[in-house]
Amino acid sequence: MTPTKERTIAPPVRGGVGTSARRQDSVPKVKGEFAYSSDLWAEGMLWGATVRSPHPRAAIRSLDITDALTVSGVHAVLTHEDVPGRKLFGMEIVDQPVLAWDEIRYEGEPVALVAADHPENARRAADRLRVDYEELPPLVDPERAVEPDAPQLHASGNLIRHARIRCGDPAVTADVVIEGTYETAMQDQAFLGPESGLAVPAEDGGIDLYVATQWLHVDLEQLAASLGLPQDKVRITLAGVGGAFGAREDLSMQIHCCMLALYTGRPVKMMYSREESFFGHVHRHPARMHYEHGATREGELVYVKARIVLDGGAYASSSTAVCANATAFACGPYEVPNVQVDALAVYTNNPPCGAMRGFGAVQACFAYESQMDKLADALGMDPVELRMKNAMSTGSAMPTGQIVEGPAPVAELLRRVKEMSLPPAGHDAPLDLRSLPGGVSNTTHGEGIRRGVGYAIGFKNIAFSEGSDDFATARVRLFAAGGEPQVEVHSAAAEVGQGVGVVQIQVARTELGVERVTLLPADTTVGSAGSSSASRQTWMTGGAVKSACEAVRARLLERAAGELGGSPSDFSMEGGKIVSQTNGIEVSIADLLGRDSIEETREYRHRKTYPMDPETGQGDAHVAFAFAAHRAIVDVDTELGLVRVVELATAQDVGKAINPLSVEGQIEGGSAQGLGLALMEEIQVSNGRIRNPSFTDYLIPTVLDMPPMKIDVLELGDPEAPYGVKGVGEAPTISSTPAVIAALRDATGRALERAPVRPEDVVGLTEREVR
Amino acid sequence: MRRISLTVNGVKHDAMVEPRQLLVYFLREQLALTGTNVGCDTSTCGACTILVNGKSAKSCTLLAVQADGAEVTTIEGLASNGEMHPLQKAFHESHGLQCGYCTPGMIMASVDLIANNDAMSDEDIRMGLEGNLCRCTGYQNIVKSVQQAAGEMRSPAST
Repeated sequence: MTPTKERTIAPPVRGGVGTSARRQDSVPKVKGEFAYSSDLWAEGMLWGATVRSPHPRAAIRSLDITDALTVSGVHAVLTHEDVPGRKLFGMEIVDQPVLAWDEIRYEGEPVALVAADHPENARRAADRLRVDYEELPPLVDPERAVEPDAPQLHASGNLIRHARIRCGDPAVTADVVIEGTYETAMQDQAFLGPESGLAVPAEDGGIDLYVATQWLHVDLEQLAASLGLPQDKVRITLAGVGGAFGAREDLSMQIHCCMLALYTGRPVKMMYSREESFFGHVHRHPARMHYEHGATREGELVYVKARIVLDGGAYASSSTAVCANATAFACGPYEVPNVQVDALAVYTNNPPCGAMRGFGAVQACFAYESQMDKLADALGMDPVELRMKNAMSTGSAMPTGQIVEGPAPVAELLRRVKEMSLPPAGHDAPLDLRSLPGGVSNTTHGEGIRRGVGYAIGFKNIAFSEGSDDFATARVRLFAAGGEPQVEVHSAAAEVGQGVGVVQIQVARTELGVERVTLLPADTTVGSAGSSSASRQTWMTGGAVKSACEAVRARLLERAAGELGGSPSDFSMEGGKIVSQTNGIEVSIADLLGRDSIEETREYRHRKTYPMDPETGQGDAHVAFAFAAHRAIVDVDTELGLVRVVELATAQDVGKAINPLSVEGQIEGGSAQGLGLALMEEIQVSNGRIRNPSFTDYLIPTVLDMPPMKIDVLELGDPEAPYGVKGVGEAPTISSTPAVIAALRDATGRALERAPVRPEDVVGLTEREVR
Repeated sequence: MRRISLTVNGVKHDAMVEPRQLLVYFLREQLALTGTNVGCDTSTCGACTILVNGKSAKSCTLLAVQADGAEVTTIEGLASNGEMHPLQKAFHESHGLQCGYCTPGMIMASVDLIANNDAMSDEDIRMGLEGNLCRCTGYQNIVKSVQQAAGEMRSPAST
């Protein structure tokens, strides 16, 4: 596979595509000057608070706001009756009340809103709201939810989607058959900056909202509908975002904050606490997955049968798309001739689930990679060899019938992680407790410690699938200031930490040969960029900036031809100058432009995709795929169940690294989130109630949990994409979880069919319970 | 209300505060020093780390009245004469941040760590920053940034 060659007109400019240009936002971030949404302030602003249901399922008999209104400093108490427009919202299915009116479907569901002069007064008033609830028994088992006699939580029933794959012969048999049932827990995105924003009522009756979000325009559509405002009266500007990982794709406080601001005529700020944040956004779907794999004695996959049940919780969020992904990627990056998959996403009274990094592919990967290890064991084969033998490659057919057209270096990635050097076994003398599981708790001096090695590979779609009109918009303006050419780039792409800001700057530098590029704030005065999700922004908004730059360049060369004579093709841009190929005349861009500027706006679309057939799952649903492999090395205290991950190694094809340093950062951060799901991250939900809504009880990896990494980045150029890029962000989150758990199995010999693995699982106290 | 008197980033402040007011909200809301972030409210994540009399402290679990008479340094007070602190430069240069929400806390914790430890291994840095969470970076470039800054701060050239 050769990388796509891009025509470069200008000589290399500093900080262009392929360099580790420093982020445009890192100086303000290290100085504490970067304005996160939680830092916003406006003259005369009020503070909003949300009243939430303490019950996972209940009927609301009555709501009494009288007492709440008497609290000093309170300016408004609003209920569902005050929603100016559509009382429901939702990204894919409009099923979620802005404020509940008759039925509560999850613990923490918003019921009323308060605005007060001080956050403490707002919370005090929220406590004084009297709601008469009739508690109902919550429906919390997703398998039970799809039984015909289960209580129906929505008028449409409890089934959000049932996606299927029917491929090949359903009755085929195989020499070796293995089965397994696997579970993944509800994971939280756990971004560090809780939900917050500032809504400012405008003189035209509209609203300006400054908010940390992932997709400005999908927020805008939902806001306008629920506020009863035309879309041009709702303006959204991206405030500083403290991480996202999927959790900011759905609305949280956006409508609420705007309602309070419009009602009071004052700016209103809302800011969730960490505890409220756990109730304020969707989580990763917990999954229960039953798999059966059939293979020949030589280790060729014959069939895969899978049933995957995803708990969507109380509202649909992006469950339909998560379900489609779990289905399409259910078998992993392998060639499998006969496939039967049934994946269900269902409503329950558990917390709503939706987007999180890896989006349906994470859950399936844990199951199919666990099955591949189990199969290797049954066949007496090396697990990496088994994977390589069945590896998908360019030209392979997915179980959905889609032919994988771009690079698919599955065997190559596995070979690379397998061949990386191993860290030294054993421990240096003198003994350093920090290098042992349990660390300085002094739980072992090396006795009972076993080392394990595990491998996994995963894949996932890049960008939106199944026929959605996926596009990104960018506006680029070239002008001269102080005798030097300058470029402004404007898009609505949400910089959530991943680095799409500097990517846009790098693309403009390379395309126009101009080093001074400024990125304007992301807002809704420019067209949609789509979501900062699905590993799509570098491809999509990168592509839009590239197209807009090409259009600007074409107009500049036309102008040169007009002023200097000849045709535009006689001219090129070199080092900030326009050069005529025919007679060598040179003119600086700044002189040519004078006081004029050239501005162009372009939309970029990837090629069309198609829905999966509802009965067979067949269809070209995806535009491209990202692949990553991991090797994990763990030390396990087999007596106490304590684990230390010694090293993570990974190989990933990123197509083209626009910014190699950012690529590594994404791979490291994504791998850490996968490690978290393998070892510690679980929102513990008991009878519909979250038991650990805090960072003291919901654990994410610390710097001691996360080991050093070895990273091998391949750049195999996808011919479909600008510069050959592929998305980077999600793939590392997918394969790191099963690799870590495979290593734990290698060390302990236990089945470990549930992620995260707990100490009691490691020592074998729960083996029966899982089955 | 209680009267407190403290020095923040070299500037003396006298203020009236509620006895229950947390130091981080005093800094953010009364002094408008919003560089110090609140991530968890339970002193787990370390995003609110500042220096109190030169020692790193999580300002979400200190009361403003506890800082009476203290010398407080926040991220805004780290640069001197318009020149970024070596740690600020290193986090910028070595890509020690993504969303950046943890960064002020990471940097302030590292100031104390470097000041109180001689040559540190990566493992020493990891031990020292265990109380500061980052969700974006996987910590690799944070360790690298601190190592880079520690080297610069100890080199004879920098005084």
